[in-house]
Amino acid sequence: MNSVAFIVIAIFTLAAGLAAATLQKLMHAALSFAVTFVGIAAFFFLLGAEFVGLVQVFVYIGAVAVLIVFTILLTRRDVEKDRMFNWSGVVIAIAVFGGLIWAILKTQSLSVAAPEIPALTVKRIGEVLMTNYVWPLQCVGLLLTAALVGALILVMEEKQ
Amino acid sequence: MSASLDQIFVSGKQWLLSWLASAPEWVIQIASSFINIFALLGVFLTLFALMSVLERKILGRIQNRYGPNRVGPFGLFQPIADGIKMLIKEDIVPARADKIVHFLAPVLIAATAILALGIIPYGRDMTPFTIDGGILFFFAVGSTTELAVFMAGWGSNNKFSMLGAMRAIAQMISYELPLIITVLPVVMVVGSLMPNTIVAAQGGYALGFVPRWFVFTPWGATAFILFFVSGLVESNRTPFDVPEGESEIVAGHMTEYSGFKYATFFMAEYIGMFAITGLATTLFLGGWHAPIRMLEFIPSYVWFFAKLSTLLLVYVWLRGTLPRTRVDQIMNFAWKFMLPMAFTCIVAAAVWHYAGRGPAGWLWSLAVIAAVYFTLSILLDTRRKFAPRTYRFAE
Repeated sequence: MNSVAFIVIAIFTLAAGLAAATLQKLMHAALSFAVTFVGIAAFFFLLGAEFVGLVQVFVYIGAVAVLIVFTILLTRRDVEKDRMFNWSGVVIAIAVFGGLIWAILKTQSLSVAAPEIPALTVKRIGEVLMTNYVWPLQCVGLLLTAALVGALILVMEEKQ
Repeated sequence: MSASLDQIFVSGKQWLLSWLASAPEWVIQIASSFINIFALLGVFLTLFALMSVLERKILGRIQNRYGPNRVGPFGLFQPIADGIKMLIKEDIVPARADKIVHFLAPVLIAATAILALGIIPYGRDMTPFTIDGGILFFFAVGSTTELAVFMAGWGSNNKFSMLGAMRAIAQMISYELPLIITVLPVVMVVGSLMPNTIVAAQGGYALGFVPRWFVFTPWGATAFILFFVSGLVESNRTPFDVPEGESEIVAGHMTEYSGFKYATFFMAEYIGMFAITGLATTLFLGGWHAPIRMLEFIPSYVWFFAKLSTLLLVYVWLRGTLPRTRVDQIMNFAWKFMLPMAFTCIVAAAVWHYAGRGPAGWLWSLAVIAAVYFTLSILLDTRRKFAPRTYRFAE
């Protein structure tokens, strides 16, 4: 049952990813990228990481995809015209893919059988975030607040 | 007797599933999901039809006219006539529109609106889709609506559509913040993101007769009002319907839609409204709990839908009463008033919890909210806002 679901979701996600890389119109590519995010969220659900899956939908579709789409909208200047095949992109993509595969295959923990993980509830994630990882959490919060204030200062009207 | 009446739908589903008793486990699981889905769609599409005619009737009464009264008794068959009309209308797609995106936008918006209905407990043991992070699921699905609205605006290749989509996304993103933050105090106090647990925590009576609904605490009442207003904005209804302001931008992101696609947008708006009022009922109004102990014999789902209809009536009432606000007024209200008050609710809920959840905590949290409310009204200088209007260019 799980492996059937895995294959279906994998085909769905890969097809969307391929569409995002190859579609002619930039907006179509961005929208298929959002479909890829849904596929990844489905993987998290399949693995029993409900919280991470929901946050994936929440952050990546609700915020990141909207941001990408708006960026395209506000900067669009005939991007369809200068389309030429970029070989350096292919080389970089293959290099990144090869590096990742090499790193994954070298990992020691892959050869060890996966330990039985207890069900990951939202409550447990909250408890751990508020005790063991409270400092990293606060640092991330500080960083995001700084980014927010910086963005506000950039767009604020200057008073003469 | 009343207990079996309360569980009539649950036992009905059990009876339907008993036909499949010999089938493998996964067949029963899928059949169970399908029963839930069909029940949900049946109930809420009927409610949508009923609501569309009732809204027009009530608006008619508010505006001193009759409203629809030709089709069937009291005009009750009006939705059927509307449905037939919408179905046989010509479906016009603009020649320069992006055909695929234009087609997918209403599909996506309706699908996400219906998905959000799944996590709400409609009665005792009557949650269609039980999930650990139910509240989070609701908002995760709801955040997809923005992308759908954008697809509608961009895919139509029309400047009115695009302007409407921009306005809709701007106000949805701004009000999502107070909407989610006002849910936090409830989640903090209950200690769970599961709608079932939140409803269960509101059972019983304080002092013997006041139900333990969160709306009867100072932080709960404030959060409920903020949540209700944010929900009104999220469903793009009057007085916050600038995205489809027909006097300015035709119909916003729905300008280039006709026939059944337009009806789908219309349906998604209503379903979204049911979902947000359903969540408000679950979070603050005690879900399916009865208000008085004597009335507990009435089935739980009757109470849920009674509360839901009351909130919907307020929506219609507001639509008949208030004029449309300006875009900058909506934004200022969100960031300068709603957001600070939403954060105050969190602090007030914490004060209430640590003061023992009794009368003392009630007074202390009221004091916190009152202090912030009056400070805000002085800081925002609301009195000066109502000075005579000055014209910069039209003089």
